[in-house]
Amino acid sequence: MTDPRTVVVVGASVAGVRTAQSLRTEGFGGRIVLVGDEPDLPYDKPPLSKQFLTGCWSVERIALLTAEAAAAAEIELRLGVAAQRLDVADRQVVLIDGSTIDYDAAVLATGAAARPAPWSPTSGVHVLRSMADARALRDDLEVDRPVVIIGGGFIGAEVAATAHALGREVTVVDPLSAPIGRVVGREVGELFVDLHTRHGVTTKFGVGVESVEGEAGDLTVQLTDGSQLAAGTVVVGIGAVPNDGWLAGSGLLVDDGVVCDEHCRAVDAADVYAVGDVLRWFHPGHGEHVRVEHWTNAVESAAVVAHNIAHPEELRSHCPVEYVWSDQYDWKIQIVGRPVGATRHTLVGDLTSAHPRGAAVYADDSGDLRGAVAVNWPKALLVCRRAVGAGASFDDVVAQLDRLSAAGAAPA
Amino acid sequence: MPRLLADVKACQGYGNCITGAPDAYDIDDDGKVVLLTEEISDADRPRVEEAARSCPANALSIED
Ligand SMILES: Cc1cc2nc3c(=O)[nH]c(=O)nc-3n(C[C@H](O)[C@H](O)[C@H](O)COP(=O)(O)OP(=O)(O)OC[C@H]3O[C@@H](n4cnc5c(N)ncnc54)[C@H](O)[C@@H]3O)c2cc1C
Ligand code: SF4
Repeated sequence: MTDPRTVVVVGASVAGVRTAQSLRTEGFGGRIVLVGDEPDLPYDKPPLSKQFLTGCWSVERIALLTAEAAAAAEIELRLGVAAQRLDVADRQVVLIDGSTIDYDAAVLATGAAARPAPWSPTSGVHVLRSMADARALRDDLEVDRPVVIIGGGFIGAEVAATAHALGREVTVVDPLSAPIGRVVGREVGELFVDLHTRHGVTTKFGVGVESVEGEAGDLTVQLTDGSQLAAGTVVVGIGAVPNDGWLAGSGLLVDDGVVCDEHCRAVDAADVYAVGDVLRWFHPGHGEHVRVEHWTNAVESAAVVAHNIAHPEELRSHCPVEYVWSDQYDWKIQIVGRPVGATRHTLVGDLTSAHPRGAAVYADDSGDLRGAVAVNWPKALLVCRRAVGAGASFDDVVAQLDRLSAAGAAPA
Repeated sequence: MPRLLADVKACQGYGNCITGAPDAYDIDDDGKVVLLTEEISDADRPRVEEAARSCPANALSIED
């Protein structure tokens, strides 16, 4: 089969950019158009709550694709203009400025947006998803007033650590008593709660937010237990929602993401694919449709889709082992697999000492390995990542980590 | 032949490169990337380039 002549990729963040680049690596010789609604050149998101928010990393450091690299790979950039709708029958992407682009294959890479705050005082309440969000938040974090973070998940915890590092007094509020327990299970989740307190950040977990009132510099957060918190800045990190609203009239099946088959192809249009946070696909290993909001999934799905467009005669399935990292205070956290479904776990190493390093390994009742959480121990994570991929047994992996721990336990 | 380059200072030990190309990349006990080979064949290049591009820290590149 010949290459489709034009591939239009909608969404110019990591999933979209990597799809465009991988198409070239896969030998695709047709035209590639990359459409993005943000005016800036494509940039990477994970540093927005970490090194970019502290000010350590510049815009250049988080670039995903420079103008020169795009030109060299013959990727046409259409930035600063949103796609308004997709016309599946006529194979056209209609842009908000009224122009249209014909496609032979379309890749939907519109990602997700921060779930909006249900409270809207005039100013001082932030979400964090884009570079513009990060810049606005950084400006407000420079003001020496307390910061309240609503949501104790990954983004909330990272922003708490960053705001604390910038010298702010920080409180994190979440209705769950151990928010990250949703991902790593209750017991290990408690260790993530201790991590905040050990660094002098206050947690109000198991408590909801009633209202946020005031304005930047002078906000009041009313909690459901009757108490109040005064804040200069409030950050709301309560999850993300896929950017799939623009596809409403397209006829594609959209259900909390674009529903795709195991090849990341829309179930009802063979020339439309989805990648990254907006992709809901049939994961052959799990036997169900899933949507994953992790950087590595964006890159891996991009490689699968690029391959499938360039080589339709040998379609690949997207069957990844989940992997996500997070940096919080002195913990570099790496999580592989699906720990939360496990029924037991073992901790190798020590997470509460002055030099924390360890890994929790999870299994289900049958002794199968479900996943692992590693802290400051990339080598252990690698062992677990391979083992989950290979379907190794729990006991095996624990034994391997014990050996690794003994070998690496040189006196500090 | 294409040459592999790694910026060990930039490497954060995420390990994505190893999942993509276990024959080219590994990490040491400090969690820093190690190149298992200096050069790769042209045939291996697309796969290894894909692995290099999966590095969240932008620590890897391939030079002609
Ligand atoms: C602050 C922050 C920290 C994170 N930290 C980590 C981490 O440590 N580890 C990890 O694994 N993951 C992390 N993530 C998640 C990771 O960044 C995402 O999984 C990844 O960015 C998903 O990439 P994507 O390209 O699918 O979507 P997105 O990054 O959401 O990009 C989608 C792009 O499409 C654009 N777009 C949307 N609608 C349209 C339209 N109609 N027309 C044109 N363009 C449109 C958007 O503006 C955006 O530029 C973090 C995310 C955030 C926000
Ligand atoms: S993917 Fe990048 S950061 Fe991760 S181990 Fe490889 S080089 Fe280091």
